[in-house]
Amino acid sequence: MYFILTAAAAIVTTILWKHFAGKFHLGTLCLIYWGATLMWLVDHVIAYLQDGGAFFERTADATLLGITVVFSALLLWGVLQLLQNAKKSVFRSMVQRKQ
Amino acid sequence: MACFVAPMVEAIVITVVKKVVEKKEQKAKVNGTPQSISHTCTHTGIKWSQKLGWLNQLLWGGVFLLAIEHIWHGEVVPFPPFLTAMNKPADVMPMLKEIALYGTSMAVLVTLVWVGMVIVAEHNAKSVAKKASTKA
Repeated sequence: MYFILTAAAAIVTTILWKHFAGKFHLGTLCLIYWGATLMWLVDHVIAYLQDGGAFFERTADATLLGITVVFSALLLWGVLQLLQNAKKSVFRSMVQRKQ
Repeated sequence: MACFVAPMVEAIVITVVKKVVEKKEQKAKVNGTPQSISHTCTHTGIKWSQKLGWLNQLLWGGVFLLAIEHIWHGEVVPFPPFLTAMNKPADVMPMLKEIALYGTSMAVLVTLVWVGMVIVAEHNAKSVAKKASTKA
């Protein structure tokens, strides 16, 4: 289920990234979700070919993990944006001091 | 068990390579010679550091979320040896096999997708440049 939720988050973020045309640095969030989606795709395919069984894990635990993963990526993206903004403002104040 | 280790190693290597390329690009910008600039950019003008940045974000993003999954399943712990499979000698070999099979496949797929992204971006940038030149 976490694979499905992450893939869904990747698709939604890609649509938003296209819609907002590069605003809010959504490209970074897109790549975070797509990276994990691709890795879990490989994980699921190899596990299915080796062991068989159900391709998707549809349990409450897997769903909760999926939600946690989606929000963790959002949190990481938020922290990255804050750090980038802080870096820019420090750089700007350094330039202003020099002038 | 620890399949994200292989993409993590690739991500570390790419991060270092990106830093080196960025330094080269800055040097070329300071020098300002057309030859040095064209060496760091492709003919469409997309910098190599930007392209490597995409691969970096794909890899680090995937590694971060996979690490959370492994923590959730109790396969990674915040204290040494960090990987629970390392506690039992019998689990070490299957873990290494998993890293080799799953981890390498993950790294290869992500890199292939990135190559596709670069080709599409180059193609798009080329067609935009072509349209602009025909308008002018």
